Amino acid sequence: MKKSNNAKPITENDSRQAQFRLLLAVPLSALAVGLGYAVLSLPSQAPGLSDHVAAKLEISGVSNPVTAVLLNFRGYDTLLELGVLLLALLGVWSLGAAPKRREPSPGLVLELLSRLLVPLLILVAGYLLWVGGHAPGGAFQAGSVLATAGVLLLLAGWRLDTRFSGLPLRLALVAGLGVFLLVAVVLMLAGGHLLEYPPSFAGALILLIEAAATFSIGTALAALFLGGRPEKGSHR
Amino acid sequence: MIPAFLYALVGVGLFTLGLYALIIHAHLLRKILALNVMASGVFLVLVALAARTQGMPDPVAHAMVITGIVVAVSATALALVLMLRVRIATGRAELAKEPLE
Repeated sequence: MKKSNNAKPITENDSRQAQFRLLLAVPLSALAVGLGYAVLSLPSQAPGLSDHVAAKLEISGVSNPVTAVLLNFRGYDTLLELGVLLLALLGVWSLGAAPKRREPSPGLVLELLSRLLVPLLILVAGYLLWVGGHAPGGAFQAGSVLATAGVLLLLAGWRLDTRFSGLPLRLALVAGLGVFLLVAVVLMLAGGHLLEYPPSFAGALILLIEAAATFSIGTALAALFLGGRPEKGSHR
Repeated sequence: MIPAFLYALVGVGLFTLGLYALIIHAHLLRKILALNVMASGVFLVLVALAARTQGMPDPVAHAMVITGIVVAVSATALALVLMLRVRIATGRAELAKEPLE
């Protein structure tokens, strides 16, 4: 808390704030005890939905249960989640252009290190994307690693070329949601329900959606880092 | 399954600490950080309670947490930009006590 600038070290205001903090600690402790009691009163064995997931894992197209839930059983959630990411970016962009930062020269270490690290990060993102099919990994993890590469480049003073900051950037941002929606609608028109993958090529569809989603998530997170709409001609 | 409950209790503690900081601090950056600490507590509870199974933990809770993390990151980015706008408009990164003119 900010101390008041008065000369008196302890004002009436300060002591009232201290009282308020002490008073606040009482209901919050009660809340913590209540929540802790609620947690401890849960049964110690609860399979939840894991048995259902395990039973249907074979026809999901992937062997990692979390990826199967994210992209197949609860694909609707993931679809809307990509929408939330775009919505947040829309909110950030609608608040104005990216603040013009005058970065000092990044220095030799950061410049050389980013050149070494960015290809490695892209490689790791690709690995995480592929490994998501049968082990922990997947589009969001890969996308955040990709975004790290983008943030590193932005910190090192790199900016997207003006040729790409208009339509190509927006296409990259909506690619994940677009491919996801396209697959959903095509499958629905082909006679199934929304996002009902045929088991024979569910794996390929999931990989396609995840690849596009990784690219879009990485771009969107890096664009969020910039904190504003890219100016035509100067910023990403 | 004692460890699962231990982690869940740590999550409850993080949630309460975050709530305390959210109420106490006026600076918006601290409020945003406090909300993130609260979110981490909720995620920890969910992941911990998903481990109450024989063998494989409940994947549905894990998928929910991944979804939640992405939403939390997006909301944090939007909140930070809004905070910068408030700071540009009023000169302070705090909410005004009285409505602005």
